[in-house]
Parts: sequence; structure tokens; C-alpha cells
Amino acid sequence: MRPLAAIEQRLETLAALAKPGPEVAPELLALGEEVLEHWVAARGLEPTRDRREGFRLLALHRQGCTDEPSFNACRETCRELVYYYNLVNLEPQHADAVQRLRMMALVANHLFLFVAGKLQVRELGDFCCASRPLRQEATPPDSA
Amino acid sequence: MSGTREKYQKVAYYPGCALEGTAHSYNRSTQAVGKALGLDLVEVKNWNCCGAMEVKNIDPKLQTYLSSRVMSIAASEMKMDVVMAPCNGCYHNLKKAEYDLAHDPKSAEVVDRLSKKAGHATYQAGQVETIHALDWIKHGLGEEGLKQRLRGSLKGLKVANYYGCMYTRPRHIFPEKDRGPGSESTSKPHYMDDLLAVAGAENVEFPLKTACCGGAHTLSDSDTSTKLVLNILRAAEAAGAEVIATECPTCHSGLEMHQVRAEKKFGQATKVKIVYFTQLLGMALGLSPKQVGIHENISDSLGFFKERGIA
Repeated sequence: MRPLAAIEQRLETLAALAKPGPEVAPELLALGEEVLEHWVAARGLEPTRDRREGFRLLALHRQGCTDEPSFNACRETCRELVYYYNLVNLEPQHADAVQRLRMMALVANHLFLFVAGKLQVRELGDFCCASRPLRQEATPPDSA
Repeated sequence: MSGTREKYQKVAYYPGCALEGTAHSYNRSTQAVGKALGLDLVEVKNWNCCGAMEVKNIDPKLQTYLSSRVMSIAASEMKMDVVMAPCNGCYHNLKKAEYDLAHDPKSAEVVDRLSKKAGHATYQAGQVETIHALDWIKHGLGEEGLKQRLRGSLKGLKVANYYGCMYTRPRHIFPEKDRGPGSESTSKPHYMDDLLAVAGAENVEFPLKTACCGGAHTLSDSDTSTKLVLNILRAAEAAGAEVIATECPTCHSGLEMHQVRAEKKFGQATKVKIVYFTQLLGMALGLSPKQVGIHENISDSLGFFKERGIA
């Protein structure tokens, strides 16, 4: 597992490519998996090798959500990453392949930014996506 | 659906605090669009804060009470069946309160106690239906009804529709969504896309429709928010969008403010315009930029819309 800074740098490089080739798609997917591995490992778990709907990325996301509903905030981002991977993988020579890869790089970057942000501020996504109070562990006052 | 259409003709309007402050243009454009479409809004009398971030973070049951009071006034004092909240935060909190009251006896007990103490009727789950401005127009009028009332067009304007997180998450508080054709989707929401397409917009394929903008952390962890927003703006531009349409005051303010901050702090300029969907719809309905509050947004998009022949 590379450090997050190295993943970030690689994502920036891939996002800046003027004409990314289809070989970039599996790399972006793998980078997404690495990002999720960081999150799972930071919670003291062994990152799963399982697959869900054919993708380890989705299995890792599921694992990352355990007891952490706010992690669902990146569920659609993970699914979009898989969607673009499938598009490129199924039709690598499609006229829109370059555009699809550019979008895939930005989606992977969003996943990185969210997870990296959440590793710094664990509550990212708690209030909104999980509708959970940020101070849940504190004893709440007795509602007047 | 005809029952729903009838029910949505006149709804209790809960603007919430953001629409009286940073999102005044959303308030102005929502009311103007309602008037242009012949849909009645009756503001909730003496409404209060929905509990937003501040109260929910300290005492979630108190937030449930605050949201329930709004629904209680609409149901018991105004005799309304539907509350329309255009703000995603308010909409989300009222839906959450509805869910809590239906599923958590402790929440119901706290709400009853506080309601009696405050001297108003206790809200009972199911007394009103809470909807978003998107539901209101989509089901209150429908695409065909909207089409008949258009006076202008968005003329192929390339739009990325950004819904944010609170419109669809967490999924369990929105039981009416994901019900198949015609219903809203929590994974790929489309109501805003549908309405703007009728008005002539060309919706781009935008993969970050519900991605996190870091809104709740905009002050406490600004750099994370700026980076998340910048990536959303870059993705919209890469998708070919000229405009990002929003329907959440928190997202909207965040996108506008961090667009400026991203340029200042990281030297990353983006040109995509950020406007509320009601502002776009309003202009397509023949309303002036002033009537929909374009001048009240942080960034100036008037010149752009004039150039495109939309304003």
C-alpha cells in the first residue's frame, strides 16, 4: 500500500494526461482500491480480498461502511468508478474512450479526496449522509 | 398521480433560515417560479429552525422536536397536507423527524413532552407529507404542464445537475424514493435533469451528482472542502457543462465560495457558472434575471446568460 501522498500524486498525473489510453482504467480502479485499503486499515481491519458484484473496490467499500454509515457518502463515487471502468473495458476503442477516462480520473480523485479528508476529520459525512450527530459519543443533554 | 397533483397545488412553504440569508436568491426564484406556474405557496406561520447542524449535533431528539413543530403548525394550525422545503438541510431534517417519530418511541415521547411544554399540538407521524421543491414542480405540474408555460428556453445550455448528499441520504428516511419508474432515485437522482431538459437544457453526463462537497466542514476544515468542490467544478467542466444547477443552499454557497477560494489558494480557476435550478427554470418561464435573483448570487453570471440569449 503506497502512502496517500504517492496515490494523490499519481492521480494528479493521470488526471492531467491529454489522451489517456485504455490501460489507465485498471490503474485508476486499483488506485481506488488502495485508497479504500487505507481507510479499512486505519480502522484496524485487514482489507478484504473479496469481490462484490465482481469488484474488489465494492467489497472494500462495503467493508469500510461497517459501523460507519457516513462512509456511504462515497458509495456512488465507487459505483461510478466501476461504471467508467466497465465502459472503457467493454469498448476500449470507443470514440468517447478518452473522455470516459478523463471522467474516471476525476471520479477516482474525488474518492481519494473524500477518504483522505475523512482520515483527517473522521466526521466528514456524518452530519449529512448518515444523519448522525457529530458528538454522538458524548452524553446528550436531557432534551429539556 | 392525479391525487398528488391536486395535493401539491397549494402547499405549506417552509423556507428555513438559509433562504432568508445566503440563499435569498433561491427563496426569490422559488416563489417567482411558483407564481409563474400557478402553484400556491403558503408560508408556515411562525416557523422555527429545523435543528440544522447545530442542534442535531448536540441533541438529536431536540432536532426532531424542532422539525416536528414546523410540521405540527402546518398540520394543526394551517390544516395543510403537504410541507414543501426547498433547502436540502430542512427537507432532510423534516424527513428524519418523520422517520424517527414513526420508528422511535423515545423520540415520540420527547416530542410530546416538549410540544406540551411549548403549548402546541404534538405532531403525529404521517400528518403531513414533506416534499422538496423538485417534487413540488415535478408532480404538482409535471413536465407537460411545465412545457406549456415556457416563455423562453435554455436553448441547449449545457448543465451539470448537482444534487448534493442530503436529498438522497440516508436512504431509509426517503421511503418514497427508489420505487421504480417515475420515482426519484437515490443513486442517480434525475428530477432536476428532467425539469431542466423540458426547459431546453442539455444535461451532461455528470458522475458526481451526489458526491460530497464537504459542506458541513466548510469552516472547520476549509482546505478539504475547497479540494472537494474544486474537483466537482473540474468534473463538471470536463463533462462539458457551462452551468452547474443546484438545489441545496449549503452546496450552492460552498460551490460559489470555494470556486473563489480555489483560485486564490491553489491558483485553480474554473469558469463554470453556479445557479439554482429555480433560477434557470424561472428564466425559461420568461422571468427576468432580477426576478429570479441572479444579482444575489456570489458570482456574476448575468453577462453569461445575456450572451446566451437566456436572460
